[in-house]
Amino acid sequence: MKRLQVPSWITTLAVALLAFFGVWYAKQGGHISVYWYQVVQLAAITAISALGLNLIYGFNGQFSLGHIGFYAIGAYGSALITKDYVTKWSGSQTGALAWMLAGQIGLVFALVLINKLGLPVVKKRISSSLSEHLAPHEANTLGTLAVLLISAASLAASVAVALGLHALLAPALETIISSLPEGASRPLIFALALINGGSIAALVSYLVGLALLRLGSDYFGIATLGFAVMVYTALQNSDLVIETMKGARGMVGIPPWSTWPWVAGGLVLLAIVMRNMLRSSHGRAMISVREDEIASQSMGVDVTQLKNLAFTMGGFYAGVAGALYAHLYGFLHPSSFSMIKGFDPLIIIVFGGLGSMTGTILASVMFALVIEGLRVILPQGFEDWRFVIYPIILLLIMLLRPSGLLGTSEWGWLRAPLPPERDIPVPNRSLRGSAVSASSEEE
Amino acid sequence: MEAAQLATTATETASEELSLDIRGLTKVFGGLRAVSDFDMTVPRGGLYGLIGPNGAGKTTVFNMITGLYAPTEGQILFQGQELSGAAPYRITRMGIARTFQNIRLFQGLTVLDNVRIAFHTHSGYNLVEAISRLGRFGRQERALTERAQDLLAVFGLQDRQLELAKNLPYGEQRRLEIARALATQPQLLLLDEPAAGMNPTESETLMGLIRFVREEFALTILLIEHQMRVVMGICEWITVMDFGQVIARGTPEEIRTNENVIVAYLGHASGREL
Repeated sequence: MKRLQVPSWITTLAVALLAFFGVWYAKQGGHISVYWYQVVQLAAITAISALGLNLIYGFNGQFSLGHIGFYAIGAYGSALITKDYVTKWSGSQTGALAWMLAGQIGLVFALVLINKLGLPVVKKRISSSLSEHLAPHEANTLGTLAVLLISAASLAASVAVALGLHALLAPALETIISSLPEGASRPLIFALALINGGSIAALVSYLVGLALLRLGSDYFGIATLGFAVMVYTALQNSDLVIETMKGARGMVGIPPWSTWPWVAGGLVLLAIVMRNMLRSSHGRAMISVREDEIASQSMGVDVTQLKNLAFTMGGFYAGVAGALYAHLYGFLHPSSFSMIKGFDPLIIIVFGGLGSMTGTILASVMFALVIEGLRVILPQGFEDWRFVIYPIILLLIMLLRPSGLLGTSEWGWLRAPLPPERDIPVPNRSLRGSAVSASSEEE
Repeated sequence: MEAAQLATTATETASEELSLDIRGLTKVFGGLRAVSDFDMTVPRGGLYGLIGPNGAGKTTVFNMITGLYAPTEGQILFQGQELSGAAPYRITRMGIARTFQNIRLFQGLTVLDNVRIAFHTHSGYNLVEAISRLGRFGRQERALTERAQDLLAVFGLQDRQLELAKNLPYGEQRRLEIARALATQPQLLLLDEPAAGMNPTESETLMGLIRFVREEFALTILLIEHQMRVVMGICEWITVMDFGQVIARGTPEEIRTNENVIVAYLGHASGREL
């Protein structure tokens, strides 16, 4: 029993470091081409996005087809900031950043305000106090009107907050960035752009979730698919609003700053956050929603809140992944975010195992390597056969292992930790003790 | 208007003594009146039964008490507080826990996690602490796990804690479901057909378990049950439903010989007993 064991985090850290330095060494030593270097990065980026979707679908049980939409929002949202830094398309190096930060804070302010006001309660109160003088339907209409006015007022207040913040932020950011040397301001802008890509996507996914998460699972899937199509269409026409996004012609001039340390670092950091969240009371409650929603709410779990949490976090992951993707090739086109592409993360998580982080990361790597590997293996002129061969591989694997590569099991540190060993005191008056006959033990 | 208000304040003082006070509860699904003008009171510490033939509306009453269904009409007061319209998780947090007719465990999770999920409301740390593993996380998580293990030990399940819930034998699943309900720290426990699918020995054990749990955790218990041996054996007071309406209430002795009840169960009542 008292076998000396290496703690799981050490083995996991070792494997992660090995993978990191393996790729790093291969790149620096010139053992892999730039092309394969990008493929490896794309695999890690896909893993981040797929982890987010697995949180929503695999762990929380909400079937979402809109993941690619959040990926796209993160990509364009971050690209606007870094392109600004390089080309000053908005007039100053940090103009886009200041606007986006101010806008997001304003929106959060509005959401908190509306939440704090407790509008349903306000409406009920107004209606009931009016109903002493008016007919019920009149009181009700006036109550609704009052609530709408309050909402409009809080939205206006948040716009004012955003404008005020922008007036403060814009010059401040400008001075900070211009006073820093190039070597410091560039990674700072990139980090801010990545976080911003994630937070915009998270904010949008929170709003989308607020409206859609009440739908049952299949309906939710269709509705989120609709969202993805909306984003796609908006991107095709984006040049009408922001000229530099170039709409269907594709956005160019994004600095290609994504490198293996950034991508791998992002993956590791986000994987740690997700693992710690899942292996806590919140994570267990989140998983219980997947297992049985009715039982879950009957155990005191606020199911709506946890669905929102999973969906918002998943959106954040997609946004960060999209932001890294935007800076991998330095070029964005709406067709990279079409519905068909949107199935990739879904395929990956089903293939890797719904509810398995290890499986997701493994499957992302395999997915990238198979798609790109086949391109090399197949003879000239047969490249398109990749899309025949890889579905066949998928089919076979799903037939042989219907719950995916790993099912819900995890490896190493990603596993749920065992409860600390201790002697559980059996109370005097337990079922095993006195109170009840012993026959219950022989079922 | 004023007279009615006076009347409600008067009954509300009385309802402080009551765990559950249901008045005029009605649920209509389309054209079907599943429950119609249902009244029931359960005093604190009571062990009450709710019986009736299949489709009488018993589980619908449970679902309205726990907030899964919104009542069409009527009032549910729990310790003097109005429940109807509140979300299920809020009702659970107010102190009502339940089990389900066809066991609803978190099948794919471990026995320990099943109970720990029910402790979620009392976890004692927030999301930031969980992700950063700082602050109260370590201490509270350990305390939470130990409390869950202690509770499992009361039910003789401590050696099963790492097994998946779906791999437990039937009787242990029933026990785990009750343990999980108790982890939410209720004052009122609703049991929906706890003896379903049990043989006479097993249901004998179950009766002991229910008595034990009620004393040990100072609970009020309301149960739905089809096995007359169980209901008659442990309930102090029984309410009988048929076609959504209350047709009788009384002590087990009274119910056993009540003509309406016998007709509802057996068709006609020529000198028979339940």
